[in-house]
Amino acid sequence: MAVSQMIGASIKRREDPQLVTGSGRFVDDLPQNAVLHLHVVRSSEPHARILAIDTIRAKEADGVVAIFTGKELREEFQAPLPVTVTFVPEKAYPEQYPIATDKVHYVGEPVALVVALSRAAAQDAAERIEVRYQALPAVTDVEKAIQKDAPVIHESLGSNLSYDVKRAGGDIEAAFKEAEVTISQRLQQQRLIPIAIETRGVVADYKPFANSLTLWSSTQIPHFVKVWLAVILGIPESQVRVIAPDVGGGFGSKIRVFPEEVLTALASRRLGRPVKWIEDREENMRATHHGRSQIWDVEIAAKRDGTVLGLRLTQWLDLGAYCSQFGTFMSLGLLVAPGPYRLAAIDGRLVGVFTNRTPTDAYRGAGRPEATYVIERVMDLVAQETGMDPADVRRRNLVTGAEQPYTSLFGFTFDSGDYVAGLERALQVAGYDDLRRRQSEARKQGRYLGIGLASYLEICGLGPAAPTQANTGVSLWGMGVVRLHFTGKATAITGSSPHGQGHETTFAQVVSAVLGIPVADVDVVHGDTGIGPMGMNTYGSRSTALDASAVHISATRVREKARKIAAHLLEAAEDDVVYEDGKAFVKGSPAKSVTIQELAMAAFQTNRLPAGMEGGLEATTFFDPTNFVWPFGTHVAVVEVDPETGKVSIERYVALDDCGTRINPMVVDGQIHGGIAQGIGQALFEEGVYGEDGQLRTGTLVDYLVPSAADLPFFQLEETITPSPVNPLGAKGIGEAGTIASTAALMNAVVDALQPFGVKDVPMPASPAKLWQLMHRNGGRKG
Amino acid sequence: MRQRVSMTINGTNYEHEVEPRLLLVHYIREQAGLTGTHVGCDTSNCGACTIEMDGHSVKACTVFAVQANGSQLLTIEGLAQGTQLHPLQQAFWDEHGLQCGYCTPGMIMAARQLLARNPDPTEKEIRMGIEGNLCRCTGYHNIVKAIQAAAKVMGEGAERKAPATAPSARRD
Repeated sequence: MAVSQMIGASIKRREDPQLVTGSGRFVDDLPQNAVLHLHVVRSSEPHARILAIDTIRAKEADGVVAIFTGKELREEFQAPLPVTVTFVPEKAYPEQYPIATDKVHYVGEPVALVVALSRAAAQDAAERIEVRYQALPAVTDVEKAIQKDAPVIHESLGSNLSYDVKRAGGDIEAAFKEAEVTISQRLQQQRLIPIAIETRGVVADYKPFANSLTLWSSTQIPHFVKVWLAVILGIPESQVRVIAPDVGGGFGSKIRVFPEEVLTALASRRLGRPVKWIEDREENMRATHHGRSQIWDVEIAAKRDGTVLGLRLTQWLDLGAYCSQFGTFMSLGLLVAPGPYRLAAIDGRLVGVFTNRTPTDAYRGAGRPEATYVIERVMDLVAQETGMDPADVRRRNLVTGAEQPYTSLFGFTFDSGDYVAGLERALQVAGYDDLRRRQSEARKQGRYLGIGLASYLEICGLGPAAPTQANTGVSLWGMGVVRLHFTGKATAITGSSPHGQGHETTFAQVVSAVLGIPVADVDVVHGDTGIGPMGMNTYGSRSTALDASAVHISATRVREKARKIAAHLLEAAEDDVVYEDGKAFVKGSPAKSVTIQELAMAAFQTNRLPAGMEGGLEATTFFDPTNFVWPFGTHVAVVEVDPETGKVSIERYVALDDCGTRINPMVVDGQIHGGIAQGIGQALFEEGVYGEDGQLRTGTLVDYLVPSAADLPFFQLEETITPSPVNPLGAKGIGEAGTIASTAALMNAVVDALQPFGVKDVPMPASPAKLWQLMHRNGGRKG
Repeated sequence: MRQRVSMTINGTNYEHEVEPRLLLVHYIREQAGLTGTHVGCDTSNCGACTIEMDGHSVKACTVFAVQANGSQLLTIEGLAQGTQLHPLQQAFWDEHGLQCGYCTPGMIMAARQLLARNPDPTEKEIRMGIEGNLCRCTGYHNIVKAIQAAAKVMGEGAERKAPATAPSARRD
């Protein structure tokens, strides 16, 4: 394949030969000499005062090197764990340190550290540690947590309310005055546990006489971890190097600076030896943050023709026991709740509440699946109330291509796209009209098919710099270095830090396309703060739109410099020299050309460079786009619910996604597949359940159901391609789109299947027991 | 009280003194140094540690190292012949059957056992056959495709090699 066709080529991933042969290098696979093993003793109590920690017997255990309690370590922390503004500057929150001292606030909070010669020895010794707690009443429900008599989790705040703020746009009173139909509905976003198949893990190697720290972590954000380790531990940032090796999935669960990164580094500093901490799964399910955990109260103002005029929304956010680093990011959900629809007014209220549960933070989609769920359930509720077809309600309200660029009532301007065309194409591919006929036939036979639609619009590609600076404290631009070596091979350094997304392949395709060199000649380096400038890491479907764009711009700058060198070597005017497929030549004389390999060598030879030109052939770009990117699409789910068992079978799943330019369509499809599966997991299976006692009831993979291959069908993918005008690749994000759409599509299908039973909403997950009860209450079928 | 164990992994013999409580997966990773076999849970749900022991698929977290004494083990590292990938490894690569790659070794080992028992499985049989292996990245779509593709290649290979005999338990 010609290298000029590399953008849009489904080439196989370069990452894979290592991974399919078991030669990958995940944190726990790293060779380490004389590494010590850290075990974190965690709170068994959801809310308690620590009266005493008895470590004497543990210190005598075989293989123990050291034991530390929170009190012994507290003075070493020069700052608390970071918390970003993320949409709610008004919030009140407590400082969180990596380890508890006087009080614990959730089951899983670190209380002591054991360092030993082996992991087993550390765990054995940990069993001998006796923590004496004075139990305090726990609160696990957001509404109960803000009642006057509720136990206060952080006394310094005086209550469990972090914030209760308004976010409004448009004239809501006018909308409700004009309304012919009003509907109220409470929508649940159950608590989810992310479950990357690789749990978190850290290896820290502190060199006392150099005052330097190298830390390997299974993280999405090595660059942020580096900054915060330096700040919290008081080590010069230049002396801290953080490396994300192969990372076994993230989905948001590795997006924050975690207590254990600091604690492992601290243990290494205390002991002057490398220390390793590997999370086990039970620990992961309590100590790594959870996602969603929200309630949305919705009041809809609509007209009989299906026009949705306005919404009153209250988004209750369960922050868990602390405000996590991006713990209020999910408030974005309210700001993008209009989705791809023309909506005149929203009267919104955000209520963030502390509970005695594991803190919540980003989980695949982070705010946008919640928003999509709300607006897509709204569309179906309006359809149900007005007797209209759900597709017609969407047609009535979708922003049209002619209205673009459309500015939403919260001031976001969409970049590009014909959302109606996307809907129509998805309906056509799914054979929507025929599905409705089949559904009606099936109902006569006592079979319950459901058809669910979800038309989503996703804000992603975080930056641009200015709004992200305001919300996170750093400007989330893309970063890309392209460096040509003496022999004409290239290294691209990206600020993104992938964990399955295939950047080593797709970013090499970008360089290959610009410079006309084979993909095999481009090495892509990521996830190592010791190499290249600061990057802004991976989350929010930002990598291609920002970091691949930065790489693209750097490669283009390298090409332009190479062209200048070529002009000098060819003794031609610069404007007469063209560059194509890895060669530069005078326009019209391709026979006499200079290759990029020759130009790369010339860049290091003063006798061949133009007078006054700096040597070397490399460029660094910090790319700041003019807007977010806005991928969109429509998903169609077809399910059948068995009235005997309540079990949902997914008969068909059609996904139409528009993510702009696709650098590697095969990789894009893979992202969509995985995203859909995760969203289906929320719809049908997953729920992080706590007892009122504050204990996690679903603390293993026995109790927390991650979808298996047997639960899912093949997915039928369709596309439209509307390049984004805000980056040179025209790319929009695709990492989260599947999840953002599929939960809503599935649940709309489930509720649709149960229409003959008078069902208007089903709280997730749609478990067989729940559906059976809904189908059999009050004598069963109504219509 | 440590016990001596000896086992063959991918054709190489390993002998160590181990604690009786040591799980086979930890033996393989830490004593034998074969880190391709991964750990993803503590409850034998995820299947990341799937290997083959005496011709049977096992989750290496459900076996003690001492129980494997005298056994023949095959792990992901034993599948490729030099740089020649096993048809399943090749198919996972060709079909984009992996993203982060953490579940992949276990998934391939489970698929290998599935195809040994059922060389020409239906989609449903594949889905049921790898139900004990969790993947969070791919939605299984391309994993199922990869197993279908590998079954085709291995079926053709088996026909070429041994047209007259029934498929053996170890077909590669």
